[in-house]
Amino acid sequence: MDLAFTPEEIAFRDEVRAFIRDNLPTDIRDRMRLGHSPRKEDQIRWQRILNKKGWAAHSWPVEHGGPGWSAIQRMIFLQENQVAPAPETLSFNITMIGPVLIQFGTEAQKSRFLARAANLDDWWCQGFSEPGAGSDLAALKTSAKREGDHYIVNGQKIWTSTAHNADWCFVLVRTNPNAAKRQEGISFLLVDMKTPGITVRPIISIDGAHHLNEVFFDNVKVPVDMRVYEENRGWDVAKYLLGNERTGIARLGKSKERVKAAKAMAREVRFNGKPLIEDGSFRQRVAQLEVDMKALEITQYRVVSAYAKQKDGRPDPLSSVLKVKGTELLQATTELAVDVGGPMGMPVWAQELAELNEPDELGEASSAATGSYLFLRAASIYGGTNEIQKNILTKAVLRL
Amino acid sequence: MDFDLSDDQRLLTDSVTRLLADQYSFEARKGYVKEARGWSAALWSQFAELGLLGLPFAEEYGGFGGGPVDTMLVMEQFGRALVLEPYVATVVLAGTAIRLAGNADQKQALLPKIAEGGLKLAFAHGERQARYDLTDVMTTATRDGKGWVLDGAKAVVTHGDCAERLVVSARTGGERDDAAGITLFLVDAGAPGVARRGYAVRDEQRAADIALSNVWVADTDVLGEVGAGFPVIERVVEAGIAATAAESVGAMAAMNDLTLEYSRTREQFGKAIGSYQVVQHRLADMFMAMEQGRSMAMLATMSVNEPDPVERARNIAMAKVGVGQAGRYVSQSAVQMHGGIGMTEEYAVGHYFRRCMVIERLFGDPAYWLARLAEDVG
Repeated sequence: MDLAFTPEEIAFRDEVRAFIRDNLPTDIRDRMRLGHSPRKEDQIRWQRILNKKGWAAHSWPVEHGGPGWSAIQRMIFLQENQVAPAPETLSFNITMIGPVLIQFGTEAQKSRFLARAANLDDWWCQGFSEPGAGSDLAALKTSAKREGDHYIVNGQKIWTSTAHNADWCFVLVRTNPNAAKRQEGISFLLVDMKTPGITVRPIISIDGAHHLNEVFFDNVKVPVDMRVYEENRGWDVAKYLLGNERTGIARLGKSKERVKAAKAMAREVRFNGKPLIEDGSFRQRVAQLEVDMKALEITQYRVVSAYAKQKDGRPDPLSSVLKVKGTELLQATTELAVDVGGPMGMPVWAQELAELNEPDELGEASSAATGSYLFLRAASIYGGTNEIQKNILTKAVLRL
Repeated sequence: MDFDLSDDQRLLTDSVTRLLADQYSFEARKGYVKEARGWSAALWSQFAELGLLGLPFAEEYGGFGGGPVDTMLVMEQFGRALVLEPYVATVVLAGTAIRLAGNADQKQALLPKIAEGGLKLAFAHGERQARYDLTDVMTTATRDGKGWVLDGAKAVVTHGDCAERLVVSARTGGERDDAAGITLFLVDAGAPGVARRGYAVRDEQRAADIALSNVWVADTDVLGEVGAGFPVIERVVEAGIAATAAESVGAMAAMNDLTLEYSRTREQFGKAIGSYQVVQHRLADMFMAMEQGRSMAMLATMSVNEPDPVERARNIAMAKVGVGQAGRYVSQSAVQMHGGIGMTEEYAVGHYFRRCMVIERLFGDPAYWLARLAEDVG
């Protein structure tokens, strides 16, 4: 038993750190440092820089255009990228549809989509949730009826993040409404977002921003060769996707970066006649978060190290611990950043601030911190709510 | 980065687990508590036979040559069985002090005897006024010919009542709260001027208050350098934190097992209480707390020999906070999920609760270490 990284792993970390330092465009880094969500252009630009280096598809094997990294290397890369802070690679492309196609896709699907997904030539989104199927995903109703070489898709998806940016959507549809079990009548389709009959409507979230959408399907024709895996076996694909290498889900690097940013802000603002960073109760709160991040980091090491050795690819129930604790921390760290901003966290940062002659980094960072605090309330909801994760633990570990 | 156990470590875990399964049921333990010293002399001999009492000592001193991970594995099982014997006091605390600070003669005289089960020690450092401050030493040692005279009082010394020898800290220089000027001495528990008052602690383990008045100690019984005892004390405490962190994890695992089993069998409103989601989610929370605690116990264990003292101290402080908080959460939840039966002396869960509570208070509680960590936030 040994916690230390090997010399090779340390060399790898240094290489990743240096590459990001030297290649992350300054304007992107500055926006990220102030706590803004990456813009669409920023995300594309950075992912293409990474892809040119062969790193964008960080979890894929070499033969499909990935770097062929070990689980430990992937963890190091993700953390360095988050801490930089750089935009994260688009998860729909890299950790969802890519691995799904590698595992289940036809040769034609692989050659058509994989390289484009890595380079973000296609922006993918995930059509899973529906108004009546949230945590209970298998209740989904969007239907796909076979007509010759096509499926005709009708129905509605909701909470579809970045659908307004997307070129393609992977969609769970019901192909057999009469199956004995609900899970047995579902198929997994790849849908071109330009297909006639698709309507995307924005949902503005509580941070005032447009991340989420409703997507309507009205007699949308999808070629049968855009189905992944067998008809009515889409649930297997979805389960694979949701269980696939979830160690990144803790987003520990992001929490670390948020604490670092909050500490930097706390040197600028004052409390009781001195910088906030010198206040005992503030320092104690930071210390507690650092303790919690450390515990999560070791748990993540345990999961990654076990994952690197297991063969069957079954998700480790500890990955549910990572999801719950990781998102709780992400929320706690963004909460810290909001609280540091104090009254400066109230204004909605917009044109007004941008038009100021003198840049106001503290105002901008405080306002952005409030935005990410508000939006990251979603972290314990998406990817299987934290309550669902506890159900998973109840079944998998406690066997109740 | 590697979390695998070696074959030897697996073997060690198996043999400890087997011994405790055979001889350390909760019922058997009730008998050990009632023995004269509050623990089982027979079990102590068996620990010696298994090699546990020499686990961290070099082979030349009759030891096993084990490292912190070996201690962690043993302590986790001890936590599961609520072992009463003076293992931490003798092997972990005093053993670390002798290993790190003892000269060859002292190691030769003491370590093989400990390993054989023929010598028990206690680490007499804490004083009543000090609370958790390790530098707050008011016991004094004054020069007297070829030795020293010790005066002062040590409080709540774990297993201080049964030890034949004591590792005592005393001030040979400096002021109260100075790190410099503290010296460690090996003191015969029966020496003239040593007065011990033994008592039970809340978890049924034993401790003692020890008064030292005009106790003469020879130069040959100075442990380490005069005035330079403090860095050794820190290392001893770090080893103690790591060992009891693992013990806490064992206690948490036992509480979670008990609670899970109870929730499967206890029926209310016509169903097992474990079928209710409100109970299931509490169990999931308890599981998560234990696993986070386990991660922290591993961090403490793997930091014990970290050469960088700042990194080592910081990791161990964080682990102490994390394990303490996890232990408190799991303990309180385990009693709550059991309901009335969890409140009773005859049922095991309250005993684990109290062991975790005592461990939380050994070497500084989470609030203390969090405040220390807060000082370094920058």
